[in-house]
Amino acid sequence: MSLNGYWYLILAAVLFCIGALGVLVRRNVLVMFMCIELMLNAANLTFVTFSRMLGDIGGQVLVFFVLVVAAAEVVVGLGIVVAIFRRRASTTADDLHILKG
Amino acid sequence: MVHAAFLMPLLPLVGFVVLAFGGRRLGDPLAGWVGTAAVTGSFVAACVTIAGLAGMAEHSRHFTQTYFTWIPVGGLQVKAAILVDPLSMTMCMFVTGVSALIHLYSIGYMKGDGDYPKFFVYLNLFVFSMLVLVLANNLLLTFVGWEGVGLCSYWLIAYWFDRDTAASAGKKAFLYNRVGDAGFLVAMFLIFSKTGTLTYRTLFALPLHHLLGPGAAAAAVLLLFLGATGKSAQIPLFNWLPDAMEGPTPVSALIHAATMVTAGVYLMARVAPLLELSGDARLVIAVIGGATAFVAATIACAQQDIKKVLAFSTVSQIGYMVLAVGCRAYVAAIFLMVAHAFYKGLLFLGAGSVIHGLGGEQDLKRMGALRRFMPLTFATYIFAWLAIAGVPPFDGFWAKGDVLDNAWAAHPALWGLGVLTALLTAYYMSRLFFLAFTGRARWDDPAQRAHHPPHESPWVMTLPLVVLAVAAAAGFVIDLPWAHHDSLVGWLAPVFAHDLYQAHQATPTQVALGVVDAVVAVLGVGIGWALWRNRTERPLLENRFLQRVWFWDDAYDTLFGRPGQAMARFAAVVVDGRLIDGAVNGAAALVRATGSGVRRLQTGYVRNYALGIAVGVVAVIAFMASRTWI
Repeated sequence: MSLNGYWYLILAAVLFCIGALGVLVRRNVLVMFMCIELMLNAANLTFVTFSRMLGDIGGQVLVFFVLVVAAAEVVVGLGIVVAIFRRRASTTADDLHILKG
Repeated sequence: MVHAAFLMPLLPLVGFVVLAFGGRRLGDPLAGWVGTAAVTGSFVAACVTIAGLAGMAEHSRHFTQTYFTWIPVGGLQVKAAILVDPLSMTMCMFVTGVSALIHLYSIGYMKGDGDYPKFFVYLNLFVFSMLVLVLANNLLLTFVGWEGVGLCSYWLIAYWFDRDTAASAGKKAFLYNRVGDAGFLVAMFLIFSKTGTLTYRTLFALPLHHLLGPGAAAAAVLLLFLGATGKSAQIPLFNWLPDAMEGPTPVSALIHAATMVTAGVYLMARVAPLLELSGDARLVIAVIGGATAFVAATIACAQQDIKKVLAFSTVSQIGYMVLAVGCRAYVAAIFLMVAHAFYKGLLFLGAGSVIHGLGGEQDLKRMGALRRFMPLTFATYIFAWLAIAGVPPFDGFWAKGDVLDNAWAAHPALWGLGVLTALLTAYYMSRLFFLAFTGRARWDDPAQRAHHPPHESPWVMTLPLVVLAVAAAAGFVIDLPWAHHDSLVGWLAPVFAHDLYQAHQATPTQVALGVVDAVVAVLGVGIGWALWRNRTERPLLENRFLQRVWFWDDAYDTLFGRPGQAMARFAAVVVDGRLIDGAVNGAAALVRATGSGVRRLQTGYVRNYALGIAVGVVAVIAFMASRTWI
């Protein structure tokens, strides 16, 4: 028996919400990164699901782009995290509020 | 010969430019001689021109020299052109002649002044402006000269601007003249809108009674007359002239007695064809002239400053001229203007000589006995005094007689006012004369005067006195009553075709009126002699009402000055301080308050921003969902 496509969409929505919630509530920059990855992959799952449901290969092509962008983003992001860690010996996002108005 | 006319305004202009750029290098007294030479050259050019004009046939005695088109705008073609005709040349003769003498006098009077060359710069510019005013062939160019003389007058009144009184007198003169100038401008608008031209000869050749009609003609004349009251110091704008005496005495003589202040009368004479159409407006002019003559004469009786007496006397004499214009006696007005230029110039220059000799003293009560110290000034002053008093045979008698004859023909009441004024004139001039030159020496302040007794002035100052004394004594030859048609009347006839001088006056009436004039003049002199020969104080005759100029200045202060100040204060404190500053500062305060309120939103915490985005997304989704499903 094959699962109904809607289940995949619901799963993607749940994953996305978990990721978004994680970004909002966690202080650790690394965890926030993982949550962002979770959101990106939830989006990927949506793409693939729709690709299957609609019989259109475009969604799967787009997933590859997202993966590449995510990888690049992680490289830059982790670079920033390492740079910050060297200066402040902490990976807590709330320490970085010098742009307060 | 008539083509020398362009030299008249050109020479003072050249003098002005030379002195303005090289005056300091020329210094004292060379700058004065350059200025005098320029104006004397102008006088010579005027003589040559008038000789050429006299050689032309009577009805073609006019010509126009055009230099360039100044304002070419559609129907309005204003040319920089001069009109040479008997009227403008009569003016030019005495303007340049008296100016040349006063320039010469100033060389002596202004000696040692710190800004010596500057004085002659202004003086030459003044003569140039006056000649532009007189020679212009259209109203707008006349207005340029009109403003030019006003500006020079302002500079020269406030010449010693480090004195507060002089600076504010200059401003006062300027502001009073602005009021009049507004009338002049509106009159020009009116005339142009009705007739389409501002050029005198073109304008007067038009069928004016069709184009203007009596109403518009009267309005134009009265508006021009408003300008004339400003420039010629008539009621209601006469108060500036006495204050103008803050300027150096040659300035008072040249600008505020002999030439500039007669510009209003000249303008009225120039637009005589309009006056002919204006009906009752002429009566207004005559009444204002007569009233000014009388009021100013009463005030002159009580003044203590020698120059103030002469200033009010000038106002009064110009009142006579205006009265003559209002009675359609243009020739009489011009005759009195020329005669007045001689004797009033002499009176002022003589007063300047006295002031110079006494080291700056102007108070009549601190003069006296000067006849022994300043014989030449004294002798020439007798001529001026008798001339203005109207004692025959000096020119004042003939000129004033002409005006009074015409006033009699117009309305006996105007004549009565004029004769009363003539009595007062003879009286206050005698008062001045006896106080200054005879009686006890009251200037005798031993500490001050021991080393500097009053002294006669140098020859550059006394020569103009002598020349003007001769002119004041013999000036009447230009217009004798029994030879009218060979003299000034005949000469000006091409200009004032309508003015058939005294055609309706029977000769016995003229003789009777002349006898009355002479008796009144002698009576006035006699009263002055009896009252002031050996008295210096008469509180009843020098009461506060007269000394304070009929409270005229106080009335203006209450009517215009105080409300004006209150309005200015309202504008400064309420409108500017609260309204405008309030709006500007309020806008700034609003932005500042908004900014400091909204600033709290920028916390610097990434999660806050992320929350914002999340909430926004949810809101957008909720909105779209509500649109789709509900």
